[in-house]
Amino acid sequence: MRRKGVNYSKYGYIFSLPFIFAFLVFSLYPILYTAAIGFTNLQGLIPKPIQVLDNPFQNFKDLIYHNVAFRTSLTNTAILWITNFIPQIGLALLLAAWFTNQRLKIRGQGAFKVMLYMPNIITASTIAVLFSTLFAYPMGPVNSLFEMMGWSDGPIFFLQDKTTARGIVSFIQFWMWYGNTMIILVAGVMGINPALFESAAIDGANGFQTFFRITLPSLRTILLYVLIVSMIGGLQMFDIPQLFIVPSGGPDNATLTTSVFIYGQAFKGSYLYNRAAAASMIMFLIAAILSAVLFYIMRDRDAARIKKEEKKLRKAAKAAARGA
Amino acid sequence: MANMERSGTVSRGINKTMIYIVLIFLALLSILPFWIMFVNATRSTPEIQSGLSLLPSTHLSTNWNVLLDKSFDPIRGFFNSLIISGAATLLTVYFSSLTAYGLTVYNWKMRQSFFTFIMCVMMIPAQASAIGFYQFMYKLHWTNNFLPLILPAIAAPAVVFFMRQYLLATLSIEMVEAARIDGSGEFYTFNRIVMPIMVPAVATQAIFAFVANWNNLFMPLILLTQKDKYTLPVMVSLLRGDIYKTEFGSIYLGLALTTLPLFVIYFLLSRYIIAGVALGGVKE
Repeated sequence: MRRKGVNYSKYGYIFSLPFIFAFLVFSLYPILYTAAIGFTNLQGLIPKPIQVLDNPFQNFKDLIYHNVAFRTSLTNTAILWITNFIPQIGLALLLAAWFTNQRLKIRGQGAFKVMLYMPNIITASTIAVLFSTLFAYPMGPVNSLFEMMGWSDGPIFFLQDKTTARGIVSFIQFWMWYGNTMIILVAGVMGINPALFESAAIDGANGFQTFFRITLPSLRTILLYVLIVSMIGGLQMFDIPQLFIVPSGGPDNATLTTSVFIYGQAFKGSYLYNRAAAASMIMFLIAAILSAVLFYIMRDRDAARIKKEEKKLRKAAKAAARGA
Repeated sequence: MANMERSGTVSRGINKTMIYIVLIFLALLSILPFWIMFVNATRSTPEIQSGLSLLPSTHLSTNWNVLLDKSFDPIRGFFNSLIISGAATLLTVYFSSLTAYGLTVYNWKMRQSFFTFIMCVMMIPAQASAIGFYQFMYKLHWTNNFLPLILPAIAAPAVVFFMRQYLLATLSIEMVEAARIDGSGEFYTFNRIVMPIMVPAVATQAIFAFVANWNNLFMPLILLTQKDKYTLPVMVSLLRGDIYKTEFGSIYLGLALTTLPLFVIYFLLSRYIIAGVALGGVKE
């Protein structure tokens, strides 16, 4: 009898308290603080009294209208993301189609997955320095290889050319992430109802037809998930462009991404905290919009449907009541 | 008919060979850069300059001595990384499990809104709060301290989300109620009965949390300015500096050392890691 009176719901609050506390202190407060700094004149290493600017949006305005480097960084981020994502999703889809094809029965799938996923787990900053050493000028492993194969007349200065510098950065991103995407897509294909494939086989569909008519449409949600998670990740691209070329930014700012820009403004001797904070907020806004789209896609479908039906029922009831 | 069937199998055979060639090429592409890194770590600079080789040489100890002569201290970096990643991983898995348990077992008023909130903040990029975070830590005199790299791990929304899914699928509320009847307190139930059930999920998330913390560059780069506090990824940036300009052998050795622990972890646990990646994608 006494036990029945115990109310356990307070433990829900107690158990969530550490999370909430840590989130408020280490995430929410710094975000609000960053936003506030964006409206002030906070600059320089030595702290002095900071003031809100006469025109609070001055930092944002300067960045968007007058700062060439910031605009370049946004375009670069977009270019580097697109040029790595398109081949990445293409190859991942192709591999997923091969690995899940019942007729092909590819052997050694486990070993291949382990190999193709490997670059994803290795420290990105190490990979950045490794690749810049591999592409060293005038003598590096890649230049040696090109010479051995007779592909080039003389050594190529890969890191001093806009196109090759960008190309290598986006290749590294592609190379690090296609294995991850492939595993997610394979899991997605495995989740498709096998009866669909069986009936397609009975109807005499070939590999291409099965892939385009059944596999792709069934993967729609997962593909969208991969797309947006990759976009948000790509927006933050930092380790590779920061360390691949010194000074970071590369030739003509060709590999300057938004994160590298923010880091450079605040922590590399110029201490322009207010400008960096304003740039962070612009980036945050873009990420928030993307997250909202993802949230909308991934929301509980059944719950949404039930809600809709409830609404319909209520409307019908109302209409009926009115009619009566 | 028989002829057609045979030609079908033949073309499938050719297709299959092509597929294996592509797969082997991709596997080589994954291995080769790291292979060259490990091989070049054992070669002298003149050897490296003279051309590509896939066989190790004998200059490992020379490279090691040159590497340690400069400001690079891989052992220090290893322990700094280990302390931060280890502590952050423990905090992440324990408190995420606790929060997820609070979200699944108890029926409290704010439960649904709290869960929606967690979903919303799952994707906030670290860069968005970096400037404010740095200023905040600067005022607390917490720069060059490991705490700001460890304590935020308590709030890991994505891990809470994953743990909640796991609990919803595996935990039966009867078990919790039976423990209550036996007089077990709520915290005791969680620590002694629920945590053991969650071991598979905790292990998967622990691997990913550890690797993510180990590889993290942005925050340590901002917060740690003293060389003896550097983590391995920050230390790697030293290898790009002028001091190692022509010592290619040592640069490769330094790089190889930073990745060695990850290769060991990966080849021991690759099965679980790949299963974990697959799970992460099918969140729906």
